[in-house]
Amino acid sequence: MTERVLHVEGLSLSLPNAADRRFALKDASFQIGAGETVCVVGESGSGKSMTAHAVMGLLPPAVKVAAGSIRLAGRELLGLDERDMRRLRGCDIGMIFQEPMTSLNPLMRIGDQIGEMFEAHGALHPAARNKRALELIEEVGLPDPAHIVRVYPHQLSGGQRQRVMIAMALALEPKLLIADEPTTALDVTTQAQILRLIDRLRSEHGTAVLFITHDFGVVAEIADRIVVLQNGEICETGKTGDVLRTPSHDYTKRLIAAVPSLTPPEPRRLATATPALKIDGLSKTYRSGGFFAKGREVAAVDNVSFEILPGETLGLVGESGSGKSTVGRCCLRLIEPDGGMIRLETVEIQGMTQRMLRAHRSRIQMIFQDPYASLNPRRSVGRIIAEGPVAQGVDRSTAMLQARELLDLVGLAPAAADRYPHEFSGGQRQRIGIARALALNPKVLVADEAVSALDVSVQAQILDLIREIQNRLQVAVLFITHDLRVAAQICDRIAVMQRGRIVEMAATAELFANPAHDYTQMLLAAVPGREAFAHTHETETNHVT
Amino acid sequence: MNAFTRFASNRGAIVGLGLLLLLVAVVLLAPLLYPQSPWRMVGRPMGAPLAGSFLLGTDTLGRDVAAGIVHGARVSLLIGVVSTVVALLIGVPLGAVAGYFGGLIDDLVMRFTEFFQTIPSFALAIVVVAILQPTLLSIVLAIAIVSWPPVTRLIRGEFLSLRSREYVQAAITVGQSTPRIIFTQILPNTLAPIIVMASLMVATAILLESSLSFLGLGDPNLMTWGYMVGAGRSRIIDAWWISFFPGVAIFLTVLALNLVGEGINDALNPRLRKEDRK
Repeated sequence: MTERVLHVEGLSLSLPNAADRRFALKDASFQIGAGETVCVVGESGSGKSMTAHAVMGLLPPAVKVAAGSIRLAGRELLGLDERDMRRLRGCDIGMIFQEPMTSLNPLMRIGDQIGEMFEAHGALHPAARNKRALELIEEVGLPDPAHIVRVYPHQLSGGQRQRVMIAMALALEPKLLIADEPTTALDVTTQAQILRLIDRLRSEHGTAVLFITHDFGVVAEIADRIVVLQNGEICETGKTGDVLRTPSHDYTKRLIAAVPSLTPPEPRRLATATPALKIDGLSKTYRSGGFFAKGREVAAVDNVSFEILPGETLGLVGESGSGKSTVGRCCLRLIEPDGGMIRLETVEIQGMTQRMLRAHRSRIQMIFQDPYASLNPRRSVGRIIAEGPVAQGVDRSTAMLQARELLDLVGLAPAAADRYPHEFSGGQRQRIGIARALALNPKVLVADEAVSALDVSVQAQILDLIREIQNRLQVAVLFITHDLRVAAQICDRIAVMQRGRIVEMAATAELFANPAHDYTQMLLAAVPGREAFAHTHETETNHVT
Repeated sequence: MNAFTRFASNRGAIVGLGLLLLLVAVVLLAPLLYPQSPWRMVGRPMGAPLAGSFLLGTDTLGRDVAAGIVHGARVSLLIGVVSTVVALLIGVPLGAVAGYFGGLIDDLVMRFTEFFQTIPSFALAIVVVAILQPTLLSIVLAIAIVSWPPVTRLIRGEFLSLRSREYVQAAITVGQSTPRIIFTQILPNTLAPIIVMASLMVATAILLESSLSFLGLGDPNLMTWGYMVGAGRSRIIDAWWISFFPGVAIFLTVLALNLVGEGINDALNPRLRKEDRK
């Protein structure tokens, strides 16, 4: 290792008394050398973001530094006053945040925002600032810099905005770059580009990078060394290759084992039967505008057709805006399709009025993405689950009894029925959501990004639960996801969507082995940590067999 | 920390609540404190406060000002609460329907609401009372008619955002009927803003009623604070107490209601509170 840029030693951050643990971070020590990337990995609540905030001196008012030191190139950062800290930020420490949509000022042109970095630190003449802004935009790989400096943030895509953020973070050539989940909000192909960009800039400028993430795929792509955090304590640190191949701590082992493999399991054999769900020629066009504005039309779903057998899982994968969620919601007619046929077993539901449809609602149910928004905060869990059967005419006490059985089925205590949603964790809430969907004994389940908001270990449990329920009840599942790893593990067949169309549909193993369409190949190539994890899981299965 | 303890830790809200409880106690005890009609002439006209046997003095006709305030409290509170309830009964369903169904229904309801909002509310209230003859009923109606549009706008906004929540989508998916979804899924989640708005509306209604009475458009059979301020205004120089004490009563009541409203707001929306940085 060359010179130490960041040296964190014995750092403890204390939480207010009401919190569920005393320290957000306890006795943490690590260091980053010039030109080195260190990834801090952990699940939500592990204290990884607090670590980044502590280094930046941007801790929330309730969190206090209890002990330890943070040295940047030999200079102690703790105890610096706000003015000195402000001089450091941007100048010696660059920052990139998760949300590229909100971290830029919507009222300022891109060039001015980059120029502001110099202005705030009194660097360069105004004329030189513009020239440097152009150079930076060129360096982060944005096309046509002369045009980009004049546009506003809303005219750029998420990936482009993140590039602008990186240009700003690197404007003053900081010694340390802090990246807090910088690619989490981006599509997989954009994520791959941004990771490559950060890595290239690091090697060209010799910047030290502190990279916060929850995604082991990203870690495998970018990190030189890893710091694994569990409940605010460092449980393992080491070289990326070593930690990923031979993790020593149990928690790390569990986390790595929970990362779904890209190698699909053995295909299952399914009995041929009437499809549980058949979609033919489905289309939906969004029109905006009103009396005065000229309307804009976007074909969100364009002539989509597929069918799912009982007991089968069809994956619908694609990037954001590809129309996969719209397809899912059209199947339940939560969004009204413009045309096409939706057949549930033998019933065609596309032309029905909402009143007629209500009687057939029980055939198809949905598991939602956000476990925090999908349960009514003012109703007890039992009533939430019983709502469906009650609406379909089952009497209340029978429905409540049934709700308790369902809670048992999804792995929760039946007593949970009397409690309210806020008393449960994200994973538990998702189990409640699944119990609600099952309460009507549906033939088809639509799971819209059902595990995307969950930590990787919880994600694995929920996927197991969905698989187990499917085996037992023989429901057909339409599994909508952006995560190809998850899709590889749970889907029998996968349909790849791009701009409202299905560009390729094949059995999972076949799709991963021989992707036919260019876009599928691009998606597969962009999955982070592809080599690293293909490797670990092969060795793992070798051990087992 | 739950909503109740948050409310209790707000000093202003507790003061406001204390004042309100005092007011309610006065209303309840009015028949015991001043059993006689407040309209009765009981002493020398324009007696100064504490000069004779009258705590707050007497007015131009020798009526007890204190008795007027105590009996007026009942009318003020009654009109404030009842007209707010009526305004909510008009505003909440309209807002709910507009926000839930959207589209043409939303357009129609909102244009109708805007129609009322373009007319100055006090002028409209005067016209309504003047047409219907000033009685308790017509005053309540007039105040309700001018105060429902903001309720509709608030509820419509809440419904618009809650309607797209996943738990509402889930309720549609399991086949719940539309009225059930509105009443059991969405409405309970809009209670917090409704309660806050209602507490502030009571204050506005009391002010409106006082203003109407001040102009002589109050119910002629009822002693109200606004009427007392209006009746005493010509003698404000030589007998200030006739207008002053009812004015103080209006001021304290409205202040108390606003403090309580703010307190409930902070207690129910803890995240919107200004963080005290130390």
